[in-house]
Amino acid sequence: MRYLSEHRKGLSMLAIVTIGFYAFYFISPIKASSMLESSWRFAIPLVLAAMVGVIGERSGVVNIGIEGQMLTSAFAGFFGAAFTGSLVIGVIAGVLTGILMGAFLAWTTVKWQLDQIIAGVVLNIVAAGVTSFYYKQGNTLPALMPKFKVPILSDIPLIGPVFFNRGIFALAALVLVFVVQYMLFSTRWGLRTRAIGEYPNAADTAGVDVIKMRLINVTLAGGLAGMAGAYLSMEAAGTFERGFTAGRGFLALAILIFGAWYPNRVMAAALFFGFASATAAQLQIDKVVEIPQQFINMLPFVMTLIVLSVAAGRVRPPAAAGTPFVKGSA
Amino acid sequence: MIDTEDAVATAELTPLRRLWEFIVRYQAVVVPLVALGLAFSIGALLIQLQGVNPSFAYQSLFRSALMTSDGLQRTLEKATPLILTGLAVSIALRVGLFNIGAQGQLIFGALGAAWVGYQWASLPAIFLIPAALAAGTLFGAMWASISGLLKAYRGVHEVISTIMLNSIAVGIIDWLVSYPLKEEGQILQRTPEIAEQAKLPMFSFVPAGFIVSVALALALAWLLNRTTLGFRFNTVGKNKHAARYAGIKLPGAIVGAMLFSGGLAGLGGAIETLGVVHRYENGFNAGLGFDGITIALLARGNPIATIPAALLVGVLRAGAASLQFDTGIQPEVVDLLLAITLLLVSIPLLAGVLFRDRAAKSEALTSGWGS
Repeated sequence: MRYLSEHRKGLSMLAIVTIGFYAFYFISPIKASSMLESSWRFAIPLVLAAMVGVIGERSGVVNIGIEGQMLTSAFAGFFGAAFTGSLVIGVIAGVLTGILMGAFLAWTTVKWQLDQIIAGVVLNIVAAGVTSFYYKQGNTLPALMPKFKVPILSDIPLIGPVFFNRGIFALAALVLVFVVQYMLFSTRWGLRTRAIGEYPNAADTAGVDVIKMRLINVTLAGGLAGMAGAYLSMEAAGTFERGFTAGRGFLALAILIFGAWYPNRVMAAALFFGFASATAAQLQIDKVVEIPQQFINMLPFVMTLIVLSVAAGRVRPPAAAGTPFVKGSA
Repeated sequence: MIDTEDAVATAELTPLRRLWEFIVRYQAVVVPLVALGLAFSIGALLIQLQGVNPSFAYQSLFRSALMTSDGLQRTLEKATPLILTGLAVSIALRVGLFNIGAQGQLIFGALGAAWVGYQWASLPAIFLIPAALAAGTLFGAMWASISGLLKAYRGVHEVISTIMLNSIAVGIIDWLVSYPLKEEGQILQRTPEIAEQAKLPMFSFVPAGFIVSVALALALAWLLNRTTLGFRFNTVGKNKHAARYAGIKLPGAIVGAMLFSGGLAGLGGAIETLGVVHRYENGFNAGLGFDGITIALLARGNPIATIPAALLVGVLRAGAASLQFDTGIQPEVVDLLLAITLLLVSIPLLAGVLFRDRAAKSEALTSGWGS
């Protein structure tokens, strides 16, 4: 009951959207399914990638390098699987590469106090360089990524097939949103993480090892970027090209701000972006409006700007995000 | 930095010690050179791993970029827009803004110059060239001002807005050269060629645009270090609160710096159009704006230092093609070399290892979301 009253705004919004979508489903089942499908497909990598940012920035480290983390992971996942002929190795390679990239960011910024924005940009440049340099044409995955049907849940009309009959990364994204949300706001780790992101000196005085915790959080968050990248190359596309992530890591940053550094709101924001894209595409298909393809493609970016110019002033980032912690300098 | 006590003592030191003092004093130059050396060593290893003799590969790269007058011309042509985008990113850094959007501003500038260049073909060169360059500058400045305004009045972080505007610029321009500004009867997405008299001249192997951009680098150094405007920019970049307290209007400084920054990037695109490409064509300006980021960071926001940094990138870019032709090594090895150099220069670690407690303190160049 207390939960209901505390979250009445979010829950009532969720209820309205759900009822609206089911009404739409009742009128036109095929269209509603396909639009929800493409919204979520658009949102999956963004949810994972934005959560990298949530964990990093809640711990006080800004991560501009999500794009690069995703790109190298997409590369490692795809070629790992293509060369060894094993999807499992590909998945592991992708996630591990993400963690490795996270470690890179963590050590350069937290340990060696490299400017966080610059570290991210360097990471992106390195990622683009490495993945282009070692790129080889003409490889394919050994097999399609398997889909898993969640019992009972996948039989729900509309949302069942869209959310609960998916590959491993998509299911992980769905689960991790709630796991990270719970961990951040209901566990000791979460309290400490938020403390080192808001006021590291106080956390330090209270006995939290700020440096160690930032190192671990940023490194492990890289694993989520690894999943986002491997999702793109292995699960969504089944291929890899140069510059494959196409700015999704940056979109995730915008979604992170739009979602006010909360995992559940981040997911809502990502779905909203996905839905807007799906709507534009659907209008195009239905020939309701004649919009050139270029404008459809840039819709998410324009929306990001509009959304941020409304939202940015109203939400408050973790106070210490962007500043390195030096013990004893307050 | 050397304090007076040390300076007095230096006079009585052995030559070797004096050399060391000299090196410590000029560590701002030494560190990038060491970083470059290390990057090339790592690069040599990567090239070796690809089964190519690294010294042959590097020879091929540098010979083609520096030893022939054709190659030298190509190097300078490559360096020209890079100096300008490097300056664009640098001046924004001085105000504490990280302009990732030089690429979008540059392609708008390139398109603006191309449009003027073929639309007003009846004008003589003396009017047409300045008009085209001005159009490029204006287009770039306008595009950048969106980020400036969003930052100043809505608190949208410039890193996000400029990245979004890059993608939007690509979309708008792609549409423009696919429909309204498309050369008739062409399959390629490009504008018509600019008028003959709009093409920038060449002095022996030195492109006119190169001279302009070097002059602008010097002018900008003067602006930043010797004028009130430069003082305002630096103050805002160093300490926002102090700047506000001193009566500097922050929104004005932010929008102003973005206008400058975008104008420089746009001019870079305009010069590229008038001097090299001679029209706007999709894909011809790829990466110039992003290299500007690398260059500005290598130069640590110093306008004069952008010249050697841009030349370095220019040499590598100009030589990459023949490197691939001679050895089969992917030209992206150049990006790797630059990325490693940039990493080593940016991390305070290298200076710390070299100079221990005498390493110069590096200042933060950017700001987090909140400020």
